[in-house]
Amino acid sequence: MDILQLIVSGLANGCVYGLIALGFVLIYKATESVNFAQGDFMMLGAFITLGFTNAHYMDLPFWLSVLLAISIMGVLGYLLDFVILRRMFGQSQVAVVILTIALGFVIRFIAGAIWGHEPQSLESPIAGSELRFGGLVLGLDEVWVIIITLLLTGVLYLFFARTKLGVAMQASSQNQLAAYYMGIPVKRIHSLIWGLSGIVATIAGILFASKGSIDPAAGLLGIKAFAAAVIGGFGSLPGALLGGIIIGLVEPFAARYMPAGYSQIFPYLILIVMLVVRPHGILSQIQTKKV
Amino acid sequence: MRTVFKTSYDADIRLFKHNAQAFWYLLLFAIAIGLPFLVNDFLIGEATLVLIWAICGMGLMILVGQTGQASLGHAAFMAIGAYSNVLYQEHFSMPFLLSFPLSGLTAGVAGALIALPTTRLHGIYLAIATLAISVLAEDLIVILEPITGGVAGLFAPDIQIFGFTFNRYGNPVELYWLVLAITFVIVYLYRNLLRSPLGRSFAAVRDSEVSAKAMGVNVARTKMLAFAVSCTITGLGGALMGHFATVFTHETFNLIMSITLLLIIVVGGLGTIHGAFFGAIVFVLLPLLISFTRDGIASLTGASSITIPGLEQGIFGAILIGFILFEPMGIYGRWFKIRTYFELFPFYRKDMFRRQKSYLKTERTR
Repeated sequence: MDILQLIVSGLANGCVYGLIALGFVLIYKATESVNFAQGDFMMLGAFITLGFTNAHYMDLPFWLSVLLAISIMGVLGYLLDFVILRRMFGQSQVAVVILTIALGFVIRFIAGAIWGHEPQSLESPIAGSELRFGGLVLGLDEVWVIIITLLLTGVLYLFFARTKLGVAMQASSQNQLAAYYMGIPVKRIHSLIWGLSGIVATIAGILFASKGSIDPAAGLLGIKAFAAAVIGGFGSLPGALLGGIIIGLVEPFAARYMPAGYSQIFPYLILIVMLVVRPHGILSQIQTKKV
Repeated sequence: MRTVFKTSYDADIRLFKHNAQAFWYLLLFAIAIGLPFLVNDFLIGEATLVLIWAICGMGLMILVGQTGQASLGHAAFMAIGAYSNVLYQEHFSMPFLLSFPLSGLTAGVAGALIALPTTRLHGIYLAIATLAISVLAEDLIVILEPITGGVAGLFAPDIQIFGFTFNRYGNPVELYWLVLAITFVIVYLYRNLLRSPLGRSFAAVRDSEVSAKAMGVNVARTKMLAFAVSCTITGLGGALMGHFATVFTHETFNLIMSITLLLIIVVGGLGTIHGAFFGAIVFVLLPLLISFTRDGIASLTGASSITIPGLEQGIFGAILIGFILFEPMGIYGRWFKIRTYFELFPFYRKDMFRRQKSYLKTERTR
C-alpha cells in the first residue's frame, strides 16, 4: 500500500516534469535551440491563471481563466519567437542558451513584481479532495494530473500524426532546408512551436500549482525537467514523458529509503551517469554523420 | 592610426602590440594602484569585489571564450576553492600563501576529473551536465557537514601573510592591493597562456574541432586542460570570495551564481580578457546605480522610495537580452567598434564587423 501511494505521487510529479520537458523537446526538435526559460514559462502560466481565478484577484470562473491563460501564453510564446528569437536564427546554440536564461531572469522579475514573492496556491476545483480505496488514500489532484497528462499526450500525438500543421512541424524539425524547399513556412512554424510549448508549459504550471503552491522561484523546477529531457532523449517527445516519470518515481523512493539530504541529488546523479553512458538518452534517434 | 608591420613570427605573439599600448596598460595599472587615494573605503570594497568577480570571470572565460565550452556550473568550483582554502588553513594550519595556490589546484584537479567524462559532450549537453554539477555541489556541501559546516557554513579567517593581517573591514585598502596583485598575476598568466601553443590549440578547438584534429591537436586532452586551467583560476577567485564574504554557506555558491558568472562574461565580451573586467564592473555597479537612481527619483518626486525585490536581476537580464541581440561581442566589442571608427575615421563602414551567419549547423548528427 505504502509503495503504491509512493508510485502514484511519483507519477503525478513525474507527469509535471514530463510536461515541462515536453516543452523543451518541442522547441529543441524544431529549432535546435534550447529554451532554458521553459520552467519560468510554466511559472508564468500558473501565475496568470492564478491571477484570473483566485478570489482576491479577478475571481473569474476556473475554466474560463484556464482558457485565457493558455491563449495568452500561446500568443506570448509566438511573439517571443517572432520578435526576439528569430533574430538568433543561425547563431550558435550557446548564444540562444544565454538569451533564454536572461529571459528567465526577466520573467521571474515580472512575475515577482506583479504577484509578489510569497508562495500562493491556485484555487482550482481539482485541489484538496481525495479518493479512498480501502487503506489507500489518493489525492484527487494527483489522479487528475496523470489523467490530463495522458490526454494531452494523446492530443499531441494526434496533432503531429493527423493534422497538416503537425506534419509540417515534424518536417521542419527533421530537415529545415528540405522543408523550406517543399514550401513549408519554416520561420512561422518555429513561432507556432514556441506558442505550442508556451501552451504546454501553462498546462504543466496549472497542474503544478493546483497540486501545491507556486512562487516565482518555481521556474527553477525547469532544471529537473532538463534532467528528464536528457534521460529520455532530448529529441524525443515520448522520451520526455518517460524521463519525467523516471525522475518523478526516483524522487519519492529516494526520499523514503535514503538518509535525509541524499534524495534531492538523485535526479542529477542519474542525469550525469546518463550523460556519460548514453548521452543521447533512452529513446533517442541517433543518426550518424556520413562524410 | 598606427599600423603595425609584423616582420617576424615573434611579432605575432608579442605581449603588447606596440609600445603605446604598453604605456596605456601601465597607466591603467598605476591608476588601479592609486585608486584608494581617490575614493572612499566603501567604493574600495566594491572595487575589490569587481576584481574578485573578474578573476572568476577570467576563469570561465578560458573555458567559454577561448575553448568554446559553455559551463553553467562554475560556482561549484568557486565553492571548492573557497572551502578548500579555509579548510587547509584550519585543519592543516597552512599559511595563506600555501593554502591559496593549493585551493586553486584542488579546484583545478576537480575540474579535470569532471572533464574526463564530460568532454565527450557537445554544446547543450555539456551545459546541462555542468548545470547538474552546480546543483549537486550545493547538496554535497550540506551532506558533508562534518567537513564543510553544512547549513551553518564556514568562517573564513583573516588573511595572514608574514604576520601582516588583511581584513575586509579592518584594512580594506590593503586587501584591495592584495587582490589587485593577484589579479595582475592572473592577467599576466592568462595573456601568456594565449600566446602559448596551448592557448592556440584552445582557439583551434573553439573554432572547429574537426580542423583542430586535422592539425594534430589532441581535442580531448585540450578540452581537459582547458577545464583544469579554468577551474584553477575560478577556484582562486572563489577562495578570495570566501575571504571577502568572511562567512559562506552552501547557498553562497548557488546555481544563480553559476549562471550570473556566465552572463557577466557575455555582457563583457566573450573571448577577451577585457570582457571579464567590463562584465564584473557592470554586474557589481548595477545594484549601486539602481539604488542611487531610486533615491534620486524618491527625492525628486518626494515619494517614499519603492523597493522591488529582484529588480537588479531583472534589469541585468534585460541588458543581457539587448546585448545578445544587438552586440553579441559585448561591451568590449562595442568599445572596439568605437575605437576602430575613430582610427579609420572617414573609411568606417557599417557592416565592417558583421558576423557571417551559418545556417543548418545541426548538432544532432555529430
